[in-house]
Amino acid sequence: MAKKSKSPDSSTPASSPPAKVNRSVSNQATREKTLGKILELGKSVSKSALAETDPFVDVPSRTMSNTSYNEVRRLLQMGDATLRRNLFNTGQARKFMQMVLLSKGCKDLLEAQKTLSLRGMYYMSLHTIAGTKEKTFDDQEESDGILEDIEVAIATLRENLHLFAKKRGTMVGNITVVDNGDSIDCRRMGTGGYAIPSICEPSVVQFGKCDAKFVLHVEKDTVWSRFNEDRFWEKHNCILTEGSGQPPRGVRRLLYRLNKELGLPVYCLLDCDPWGHYIYSVIKQGSINLAFESERMAIPDAKYLGIRSGDFVRCELSDDVKISLNDRDIERAKQIAEYPWFIKKKHWQKEIQLMLRNGFKMEVESLITKDISYVTETYVPERLKAKDWID
Amino acid sequence: MDASQQTDSKKSSPRRRGATAEEMSEKQREISVSEFFAKNRHLLGFDNPRKALMTAVKEAVDNALDACEEACIMPHIYIELLQRSETRFKVTIRDNGPGIVRKQIENIFGRLLYGSKFHRLKMSRGQQGIGISAAGMYGLMTTGQPVLIISKTSKKKPSVEVLLKMDTSKNRADVVSETEHPEDDGLFPDGHGTQVSIELEGRYQQGRQSVDEYLDQTAIANPHAHFTYVNPSNETIEFKRGTNELPPEATEILPHPKGIELGTLIQMIERTERTQIGGFLQEEFSRVSPSVSKDICERAGITGRTWVKQIGHKEAEAIYKAIQEARIMSPSTDCLVPIGTKALLSGLLKEVKAEFFTACTRPADVYRGNPFLIEVGLAFGGELPKDELIRVIRFANRVPLLYQQAACASFKAVLETSWKNYGISQSRGSLPDGPVVVMVHMASVWVPFTSESKEAIADYDEIRKEMKLALQEVGRKLGIYLRRRQRMRNEGERRSIFERYIGEIAQATASITGTSAKKIYESLLRVAKRKTEEADAVLNDEGKRVRDSDPFGKDDSVVILPGRVAIAQADSDDDSSDDSDEGSKKSASGTAKTLFGDDDAPSKKPRTRKKA
Repeated sequence: MAKKSKSPDSSTPASSPPAKVNRSVSNQATREKTLGKILELGKSVSKSALAETDPFVDVPSRTMSNTSYNEVRRLLQMGDATLRRNLFNTGQARKFMQMVLLSKGCKDLLEAQKTLSLRGMYYMSLHTIAGTKEKTFDDQEESDGILEDIEVAIATLRENLHLFAKKRGTMVGNITVVDNGDSIDCRRMGTGGYAIPSICEPSVVQFGKCDAKFVLHVEKDTVWSRFNEDRFWEKHNCILTEGSGQPPRGVRRLLYRLNKELGLPVYCLLDCDPWGHYIYSVIKQGSINLAFESERMAIPDAKYLGIRSGDFVRCELSDDVKISLNDRDIERAKQIAEYPWFIKKKHWQKEIQLMLRNGFKMEVESLITKDISYVTETYVPERLKAKDWID
Repeated sequence: MDASQQTDSKKSSPRRRGATAEEMSEKQREISVSEFFAKNRHLLGFDNPRKALMTAVKEAVDNALDACEEACIMPHIYIELLQRSETRFKVTIRDNGPGIVRKQIENIFGRLLYGSKFHRLKMSRGQQGIGISAAGMYGLMTTGQPVLIISKTSKKKPSVEVLLKMDTSKNRADVVSETEHPEDDGLFPDGHGTQVSIELEGRYQQGRQSVDEYLDQTAIANPHAHFTYVNPSNETIEFKRGTNELPPEATEILPHPKGIELGTLIQMIERTERTQIGGFLQEEFSRVSPSVSKDICERAGITGRTWVKQIGHKEAEAIYKAIQEARIMSPSTDCLVPIGTKALLSGLLKEVKAEFFTACTRPADVYRGNPFLIEVGLAFGGELPKDELIRVIRFANRVPLLYQQAACASFKAVLETSWKNYGISQSRGSLPDGPVVVMVHMASVWVPFTSESKEAIADYDEIRKEMKLALQEVGRKLGIYLRRRQRMRNEGERRSIFERYIGEIAQATASITGTSAKKIYESLLRVAKRKTEEADAVLNDEGKRVRDSDPFGKDDSVVILPGRVAIAQADSDDDSSDDSDEGSKKSASGTAKTLFGDDDAPSKKPRTRKKA
């Protein structure tokens, strides 16, 4: 099987002029390239079947041990380790079958030039195996995992397979985007904001006029709503995004493109707990599970604005906002501190140590105890002005 | 009254004085053996009513079997328990043996320690000549009823009926009445045989250590005998023969020099008719050749020509010591008659409803100069209970041992065997658990029992070692069988896993590439078949593949009843009550884990497969 190539295959064309309406899901060249790769996988299976050998697919391994931190490029990269998945292995037969089945599904999808959600693809390939009571998939989770395997196995991206995830994440700000040919002014999105699509490839989303000077990414939509209502993006001339916790690929891809293509710095406002820290880590250098996508998603220059363990004292917060760290939090915090991309950063080590010493975590909402708009009117503007962030 | 009490009483009552030697001598007299055992009946196995009933049956049946075999008659033994009242039974045992001549009847049934088997070294069930007379004595003591014996020695002679009453003080029996039955009364269709009826106090209860269990096990160890058993509920149970071959007769042997003790040696020297010590050694012992005799004499500092009369205690001790030092061949072992693997299997087959049977007869060995050999039989699976400790049934010279299991060498040997190696789970220091019956048989010219009631075999190192070797041998065969059974199940499951998915894979691949789905399917099916065969290939001890998939090919010490395997399988799969396919899928993935390990590491957490 083909190994994953080092560079992403999508040719990332410069944003096409917004005037021209482009409603195709992906361009023809990319589509044919992906179809070719699926065909290659199919041929490898049929070839070894007809030769009466054990068919297999090599799946690059998506584990911590196969992930390395590139200190020069400041992002996570997937190593060369692969796992061979054989048909004639009782522990792998079912997964092998699912892989072939979903490859076929993706092929049909590409040929129809349509897109489907992950759930849609799960349903498309779901049926009872002839002569048994066993279903091809037990749940969507099983199918999602296999689709990620296919992505890495044939070195393509989910977007190129015409698959998208559930929409998550919102955006407002001084920018106009063209989404599937429709021009959207993010300055006029009301209280709801622009729902960031799952596929944010240049072939689908292009950037129009942009006056914003930076991007503020917050963890959850509740905080985002506070900022939006206070018209923060207008006052500070920025773009405001949220990713409903761990940001999905669409949000990360959009942030990456705003940073790379428009040169906007990205600041993050996240909870002061190991999970918030890891969200920042994923935005900054990519995730372990999707290390193969770091190159097109990681923003090594992203900054962590807050909130920080020291803010409890600095902002004179009341004891009511403290949430005790549980065993899992402590374990996770220590784990994060040990990650190669954290271990050399003194500020981060200090931050995590302080949190562990404090013995409590805080959510962004804790700032609301000071004043409803404390976070938008005082906290963030002060930090930005003082360039008080952790890198 | 002890000394301290005497001195105390002197102070308080000066009139009281101790008995004189003369006065005491009036009370001193011989205690007859019968009296001793009458008071110590627990030593003979009559401790409680339930055990007494079983022991009475056992003693009579043992005698009957010994008599039949010695006379080369295929035994047919009739056992009847007639319940007179809640605690009173009349036990009748009738055999088709050679019968007993009239003048010996009182001795055999009326005297303790009277018998043909004590003085010779020959493998037999009875040894001391205590059993049946003790049973009669127990009956007399508990019910006052005499023992009724009917015996017929040949077709031409009338059968003799004798009523015997034991006189415990004299170790003798008094004849109460004696009648001849000239006409053939139908009791002995073969024209000869013995019937003994004892009325005794007992308690009948089925289950462990009952008459029923004794007969069950006797039938296993004596597949050449036919038993007809009428229980107290008046139901007749037949234990049919499993073989029509009479076991060969055991031969008598001379004692082996290493097997005797100093006292016995001195006694033998006193009694011998030989005049010179060399001749004495060569003629009265087995395995003493002229050169061995010379060696012993030299070591003892005498010559072979030394007169036996001149051997005093000192010389005897020197000879005894010399014997221990000398190299003497082990006693000949052809005096032992094993049950034999074939007969063992036929016994187990007819009495135990299992799926797998194996047996093993060890070569003979020697303990304390007594030849012995160990046989072990094992039955597994089938209808045997699954969640219980395994059952150990013990035999000595074909007689089941029902009591004192924990004290018995065979039980200890079973405990010490690592059953885990053979696929049977065992917690530390206890019996393994699983659907297994293990039978351990010791055949010897002299079985070392721990007590006169013959309930447990004494724990000699040589004996236990042999037992363990035999258990390991049957254990290995069980292990091979269990692994093969597991493999066969795995093979089926594996093949079904592959076959389940091949269809899907063929269709999807065909749809991607345009190749014929049928072709891909058929090719994959062939690979599946080959792969499962490879994975299930039998590997021999060196890990090389054995072509023959049946590991027991021509091994006639193993019997497998596949019909009962199927029953066992159905039972073990019953957790998949409503959705059999789902169940087998689960177990299949479980096996795959143990066989291959979980190869698919990246999956974050174990997925629970729910029903859709």
